[in-house]
Amino acid sequence: MRRVKTAVGLLLTAVMLFPVYWMINVSFTRDQDMRKSPPNWFPADGTLDGYRAVLDQQLPYLGVSLVVGVGTVALTLLLAAPAAYSLAKLRPRGGGALSFVLLIAQMIPGIIMAMGFYAIFLSTGVLNTVPGLIVADSTLAVPFAVLILTTFMSGIPEELLQAARTDGAGVVRTFVSIVLPVSRNSLITVSLFAFLWAWSDFIFASTLDQGGDHQPITLGIYHYIGNNNQEWNAIMATAVIASVPAAILLVIAQRYVAEGVTAGAVKD
Amino acid sequence: MSRVIQEPVRTARTTARRRRAARARSGQWAAWAFLAPVVLYLLVFYAYPLYRNVELSLRNYTVRSFVQGDAPFAGFANYAKVFADATFGPALWHTVVFTLVSLAFQFVIGLALALFFLKNFRLSATLRGLFLVPWLLPLIVSGSTWSWMLNSDSGVVNAVLSWFGIGPVNWLTSPDWSLWSVVIANIWIGIPFNLVVLYSGLQAIPPAIYEAAALDGAGGWQRFWKVTFPLLRPVSAITLLLGLVYTLKVFDIIWIMTKGGPSGASTTFATWSYRLGFGNLVPSFGPGAAVGNLLIVTALVFGLVYIRAQRRQAPL
Repeated sequence: MRRVKTAVGLLLTAVMLFPVYWMINVSFTRDQDMRKSPPNWFPADGTLDGYRAVLDQQLPYLGVSLVVGVGTVALTLLLAAPAAYSLAKLRPRGGGALSFVLLIAQMIPGIIMAMGFYAIFLSTGVLNTVPGLIVADSTLAVPFAVLILTTFMSGIPEELLQAARTDGAGVVRTFVSIVLPVSRNSLITVSLFAFLWAWSDFIFASTLDQGGDHQPITLGIYHYIGNNNQEWNAIMATAVIASVPAAILLVIAQRYVAEGVTAGAVKD
Repeated sequence: MSRVIQEPVRTARTTARRRRAARARSGQWAAWAFLAPVVLYLLVFYAYPLYRNVELSLRNYTVRSFVQGDAPFAGFANYAKVFADATFGPALWHTVVFTLVSLAFQFVIGLALALFFLKNFRLSATLRGLFLVPWLLPLIVSGSTWSWMLNSDSGVVNAVLSWFGIGPVNWLTSPDWSLWSVVIANIWIGIPFNLVVLYSGLQAIPPAIYEAAALDGAGGWQRFWKVTFPLLRPVSAITLLLGLVYTLKVFDIIWIMTKGGPSGASTTFATWSYRLGFGNLVPSFGPGAAVGNLLIVTALVFGLVYIRAQRRQAPL
């Protein structure tokens, strides 16, 4: 019975992950086999041309995405960690209202934010710059980060903070040497999501960095599809490489990811 | 006698209270000092763009008037233009269909999978982890992969369908199918989220309740409808609400796969707004912003319908 379940589970997973397999398969397929019917199910006569094209053309885009992702993580943590500490432990008056605002903020469609940012960025001259994109991408993560970190930090035992206070630590000291180290796991969760969202962002990139010298990988793929919809192995090779961060995150941090989704959904 | 003793106690108490109040006041300062960056951030990067968006929708903006700041006030003319547009009706309908169909399938499939993975078997945790992959991939990646899989001539989907004697379907290029193509891709992307959240909800139901139900002679199906489903309701509600809010604003996947076409057959409010604002050589920011604001209103309407339905269910 258990073995049957494992078999069913494998089958379901195979069906679910078929598009991912197909992306990898196509990335190795030769140009002349691309339009074959039926298609090649395995990259038997595979080629690395797609990957060669990526390395030639897409590396700068990947670099920009890396910078934008790391920048977004830094900005998000810098803003969210102190705020969460305050909401969870310092009981500010109006804290509840602020949490509600953060919840609503997550629900604003990206296209609306993009339109507003475009107007502001155009007049302040940050349109088509990497810092502008980092700021815009951070709006995807900041409210989420504050809410998740607040939930986590509320669980830190009061005695721990009391002990620090008795030893003469002020609010700042308590935050830096007690709260932050204890919250390490939730900080990792938040960083993962912030990075992943910034890395995957398309709407802000395509509205706020369309004409920039430094464009992220999502735009790299998008231009690629637009310019040559013949070389699908190169397009899919780029897609595979753009998925690498997600794959790495999944392997090293599966637990945090599942925790983050759950915490994100069950907050009220 | 007792009064004599109480007096100093009372003064001691009031001083203590006063001291506590003073500490609380300085505590409030500290609390708001820690919050200040986020509050400032919300004002500058949420409230202000939102305000600009509303303002955009009420004026006649061009790229040039952004810089010179001389966009004439237009009142609700942009909204009137949008309502009168031939795209409006279809876009509204597509938004509703896209959202509700995606949501229904994501939820049902997600729940079925969550129930399946709840059973203990070898590799259960690993396979469940792998199910997260579609959700973690950048949407541009999923979008382009699905585009190629659904390609009319050389797509793998049509190749499989031909085994069953089904002729090639023009998934992305026929007006009858493009909306369903983006719905299918979107369902695929949304399943992991539903799976993970519902799985954690199922885990929270104590096994003792199932044992009791089994002792009372409830079969598997009955146990699902009479025990699992009612106890899962709060988690289901949250999952559906978040799914709704997320699906309503889906833009990337539609834009990447069909650009809302052919001839508007898969245009939703989100893609329409983008096309008006950024998709043309001559942008119409005003109407674009107006459509965007309508999207917020639609979200509110959906939200209210949802809350009403919840309330009607509550006394049961």
